[in-house]
Amino acid sequence: MTTTHSSVTRSSTTSRWERFRDSYLLYSFKRDLIAQFSLAVFILLVGCALLAPWLAPMNPYDLAQIDILASELPPFWVDGSDPTYLMGTDSQGRDLLSTILYGLRVSLIIGFGAVAMQASLGVCFGLLAGYLGGRVDAFLMRMADIQLSFSTLMVAIVVGALFKAIFGGATFSTYAVPLLVLIIGLAEWPQYARTVRASVLAEKGKEYVDAARVMGLSSRRIMFRHILPNTLSPIFVISTVQVANAIISEAALSFLGLGMPETQPSLGSLIKSGFDYIQSGSWWITLIPGLVLVVLVLVINLLGDWLRDVLNPRLYKG
Amino acid sequence: MSLLEVNHLDVRFALRGGDVKALRDICFSLDRGERLGIVGESGAGKSVAAFSLLNLIAQPGYIAGGSIRFDGQELIGVSDRALRRIRGHRISMIFQDPMMTLNPVLTIGEQMVECLKAHRRIASRDARAISLRKLQQVQIPSPEARLDQYPHELSGGMRQRVIIAIALLLDPDIIIADEPTTALDVTIQAEIMALLLELCEEHNVGLVLITHDLGVVSQVTQRMLVMYAGRVIEQGPTREIINDLQHPYTQGLIKALPQMATPGERLNQIPGSMPSLNRLPSGCAFHPRCGFVTRADGSHRQACHDQVPGFVTSGNCQAACHMVAEMIERERLPAEEQDR
Amino acid sequence: MIAFLIKRLFHALLVMFVISVIAFAIQDNLGDPIQQMVGQSVPESERAVLREELGLNDPFAVQYLRFAANAVQFDFGYSYVFNEPTTDVILRHLPATLELVAASTFLIIALSIPIGVYSAIRPRAWLSRFFMGVSIIGISIPVFLTAIVLIQLFAIGVSVTPFPADTGWGGWLNDLLSTEGGMPAYGRGDPVAVFGTWETNFASLKGLSYLVLPAISLASIMLPLFIRLIRAEMLEVMQSEYVKFARAKGISLRRIYFLHALKNTMLPVITVGGVQIGTLVAYTILTETVFQWPGMGLMFLDAIERSDIPLIVTYLMIVGLIFVITNTLVDLIYGLVNPTVKLTGKPA
Repeated sequence: MTTTHSSVTRSSTTSRWERFRDSYLLYSFKRDLIAQFSLAVFILLVGCALLAPWLAPMNPYDLAQIDILASELPPFWVDGSDPTYLMGTDSQGRDLLSTILYGLRVSLIIGFGAVAMQASLGVCFGLLAGYLGGRVDAFLMRMADIQLSFSTLMVAIVVGALFKAIFGGATFSTYAVPLLVLIIGLAEWPQYARTVRASVLAEKGKEYVDAARVMGLSSRRIMFRHILPNTLSPIFVISTVQVANAIISEAALSFLGLGMPETQPSLGSLIKSGFDYIQSGSWWITLIPGLVLVVLVLVINLLGDWLRDVLNPRLYKG
Repeated sequence: MSLLEVNHLDVRFALRGGDVKALRDICFSLDRGERLGIVGESGAGKSVAAFSLLNLIAQPGYIAGGSIRFDGQELIGVSDRALRRIRGHRISMIFQDPMMTLNPVLTIGEQMVECLKAHRRIASRDARAISLRKLQQVQIPSPEARLDQYPHELSGGMRQRVIIAIALLLDPDIIIADEPTTALDVTIQAEIMALLLELCEEHNVGLVLITHDLGVVSQVTQRMLVMYAGRVIEQGPTREIINDLQHPYTQGLIKALPQMATPGERLNQIPGSMPSLNRLPSGCAFHPRCGFVTRADGSHRQACHDQVPGFVTSGNCQAACHMVAEMIERERLPAEEQDR
Repeated sequence: MIAFLIKRLFHALLVMFVISVIAFAIQDNLGDPIQQMVGQSVPESERAVLREELGLNDPFAVQYLRFAANAVQFDFGYSYVFNEPTTDVILRHLPATLELVAASTFLIIALSIPIGVYSAIRPRAWLSRFFMGVSIIGISIPVFLTAIVLIQLFAIGVSVTPFPADTGWGGWLNDLLSTEGGMPAYGRGDPVAVFGTWETNFASLKGLSYLVLPAISLASIMLPLFIRLIRAEMLEVMQSEYVKFARAKGISLRRIYFLHALKNTMLPVITVGGVQIGTLVAYTILTETVFQWPGMGLMFLDAIERSDIPLIVTYLMIVGLIFVITNTLVDLIYGLVNPTVKLTGKPA
């Protein structure tokens, strides 16, 4: 019995692999240089972030390794640089390259975490609104409208400010990562909810849903087992864009002092800490992390564009 | 010489996997005031043919060869500017779906006046007067009020009347009507068709009527083309084609008409469906669906598989079919034998 | 028309109600007016009396109604920090923010429409590809980073010296890549007072020069979005039957592009875009922080840092009001442009 079962699984996985191999997705990827380049850069950045403890010459969280006398040293190609610090140092004497690698990791964790958060919230609300309709739908979508008309950034700033006021600065700093995931997740769920609702409404009219209902399946089962799989391609497409947005939102919050503390900096808080020194000529503390942030967001956006062109799902306008 | 002469028109679509031939070797002509029907299943290339006459095929389609002569002037290869002087002026078009054809954010009046102004130096007031007269001709109730209305305030039938009025605005020589009644309610279809016919006769306008409805073609047109998979497969005077069916495909079309069915029996239909243009069968494109092929003897069956049939003439009609060629041959043979 | 207005007004009121409940909840839970009024030294018994007198022990709903009644008269109490009515503080900072948003909106509209239309009409032209490339890079740069880069380039200046300066071309390249700086990048300068309290930067060239960098930064978030939106919508409209029919009528291409297609393109752009312009107000928090622009955004961030709860609450209410007003205006404009909305409330 077990053997047959395993062979069945194997055959289904190979067929899935074969399907992927013959798919239009892969075909168009092979023809799209920009997509290939973007994916390569993205993988490189994610790899650097994951391997930060091993790649970085210093541990920026370890106060013992920091030499305050070596602060504000420029990167290697500028006069007055120190070869120990390839990209120079920041105002506290931390090696900028190491701090960027660790910061990249923080930014990516928050970016992906926040998207997982908003996706689970948004998908649930979107499914509920689309499937149940009526008052639930009206209420949820009105909420989404209000929140979107307020702009997600505004909501994130307000929620962030509230959390900071409720928990106090110190607690906020300690739990900054999960709190930021929550804040950005709360601020951006409407994007998902609207898209999922739109595709649910489109799917709901189709015969297979009627058939499932006639067969006596429960609403929950119909929603998650039958409708949800058919809304995956738009979810997939917005997810890429939303990761980019979440990373930018985190950076913006950190820049405003509502995000990661300087002791455990993300790319955004690095940019913020460097901004105070830009007038004195230490541009690298701000601009090098800034460049990394832009490249990261850009390649994700380029991949998102490519995915949207290929999958071409029905997206909610707006 | 005819008013419109189309010779060996080739239209292709430049797709990723290479060009797809949408129209091949299309030849026909139209005299002044004549009404020509183009018939075929959807996907046969009727609409492409209609749009290519004024070089309005959407990207990635393009005219790959052939000639279109209108009133002695060659239309293929001329500038867009020169074509624009003919579009809407000497040859105008009626589209399939009146709900989509009019611009939703412009009033009926604006859309009529702009057409007049594009082709004539004319004062707005005069253009409006002409528009009003045309709306009266298409028998729209309270035409004056319509000029200032937006398309969404009119029903589908009324919109199609407006579109006919626009097509007639500049007293064109030819109107190309691409399934002008398909999108309308059945009850209104006949009304609109009768109106179009009446106006064409009254103004001596030539009509190219594109439709899948053989019934309409037989009532309205004087000559007809039957298209299949991008080619003309039969053409001639409508009456003769209908009365003396030649091509097996046309026969199938006629038999498939609901009027031809015996009550209580299944409707006749042609088995299978039209092949897609990038996967055409060899030889005669119709042979996989053709009921005659199986009955044919060996040599002819081979020909259907291998060779694209040329036209054989019988009376005033032409049909592109190996089987028809064989039948004509057979008819002729006994006569020749008697002669001996 | 009247039914449409009433419906819009009702919707606006509903949104304001939700915002006010949230704002009040913040005030109720985080603000302690007693602390502000009497300080630390007053004993607990006296505080309890005061609390009772001020109605702070009343049920939530009663307190909310009191809050709402005051809010309708634009009375949100006193700012802890400034010790004056919060509305006065906000009104002092409002013109700076509104002028910044207005300047950015102007930039966005003036640039996005021609660029978007051009890249839809000529999708394969190298200039269109260039615009699309720049706009996706633009989307990927956070607004505060744009602002910082602009400051570095045009306020501080960059001197580039990788090329040998003694050769003619090297010096030329160095000069080409270097920027002089000197653009004002901090604060508003000396705005001119008009209409009594309103101080404007639009009245003099000097004032405008202070506006340039902040306005470009603020516009840089929305400009690429608008270009992409206009292009996508226009491309879709160009495929429509009515554009084909207009071509079949022999209308000139220019008229087809700029009347038939553009008018239809602008409908979705107005709905999406109008809302986005409203959200520019949110982004002023970031731009104003970088440029120390003395507007509401900077004031709000300051209020957060100093836990000035009444000022925070007032800011939320006022910004909410601005959003609601822009959204309603956008709906009205949409109704005027789109003939299929008969302004009776339901689309025909």
